[in-house]
Amino acid sequence: MSREPRRDGECLAQIKEIAGTSYANQKAGTITTAEPTIEKETRSEEDLDVPWQVVVHNDPVNLMSYVTMVFQRVFGYPREKAERHMLEVHHKGRSILWSGMREPAELYVQQLHGYLLLATLEKVS
Amino acid sequence: MEIRRRNDKIELSELDPFLAELLRQIPTSADPSGALAAEQRLFSSPTNGKETEFRSEWKMYVEPELRRLFQTATQTVATDLEQLNGNEKSLANRTLCIPAKHADAWLSALNQARLVIAAKNNFTETELNDHFRSPIGSRRDLSLFQVNFYGFLQEFILRETAS
Repeated sequence: MSREPRRDGECLAQIKEIAGTSYANQKAGTITTAEPTIEKETRSEEDLDVPWQVVVHNDPVNLMSYVTMVFQRVFGYPREKAERHMLEVHHKGRSILWSGMREPAELYVQQLHGYLLLATLEKVS
Repeated sequence: MEIRRRNDKIELSELDPFLAELLRQIPTSADPSGALAAEQRLFSSPTNGKETEFRSEWKMYVEPELRRLFQTATQTVATDLEQLNGNEKSLANRTLCIPAKHADAWLSALNQARLVIAAKNNFTETELNDHFRSPIGSRRDLSLFQVNFYGFLQEFILRETAS
């Protein structure tokens, strides 16, 4: 999947937003400081990427043993941890399997879909 | 039917014509074509709905890859199932040998078939957990039996490949 264009697009949107705010403030005659702009500009890609999580949702068809095996394979979790997550999916309807940067999270979701699990990428709220 | 691990193979022997036919139907059953619910289940959304750009990129780049992955698995299974197409008498019991290296393809194809059948029939969780439902009195009952039979095979393959 191509990811860079979207990320560039997000940055571009932020730049436009910042520029628009400064312009609007100037027009309204208010005083603006440079700090907020600098803060935004110095945010790294990693910062932008941090709050994402991989969520697996319950599915009555997939076997519990199969789901456990998939968690072990995809995330390298030991059997006990994989089973804990599987049971959480089963009893609570969903489980957060992993959280971190966006790019690896997308790849995990893709792998889970390859095993036919119901998985989504969600921003940490 | 007997099922056992024999060296680098999983052997299904004493397959009666009914079970042999159910096995033959795995590749066809795994095909979601023409059933929107089944298509949506195999190619489910990667987000909870808000990121339209990500979803459209997913459709463009990831879904074709997933489709190829699923088809490769069902093709491997279809090739293994050719063992059941011999010239023996149609009512004779058959034996099917699954090479251990094909285990992942079988797990995927069986899973695809189970998900597609369940989506097409809109089975409830209660129905799916009713493993003692009998006898088979309708097409729906037969589909449920098929889901459970494929699940049993999945369990066996999982257990044997894990050990």
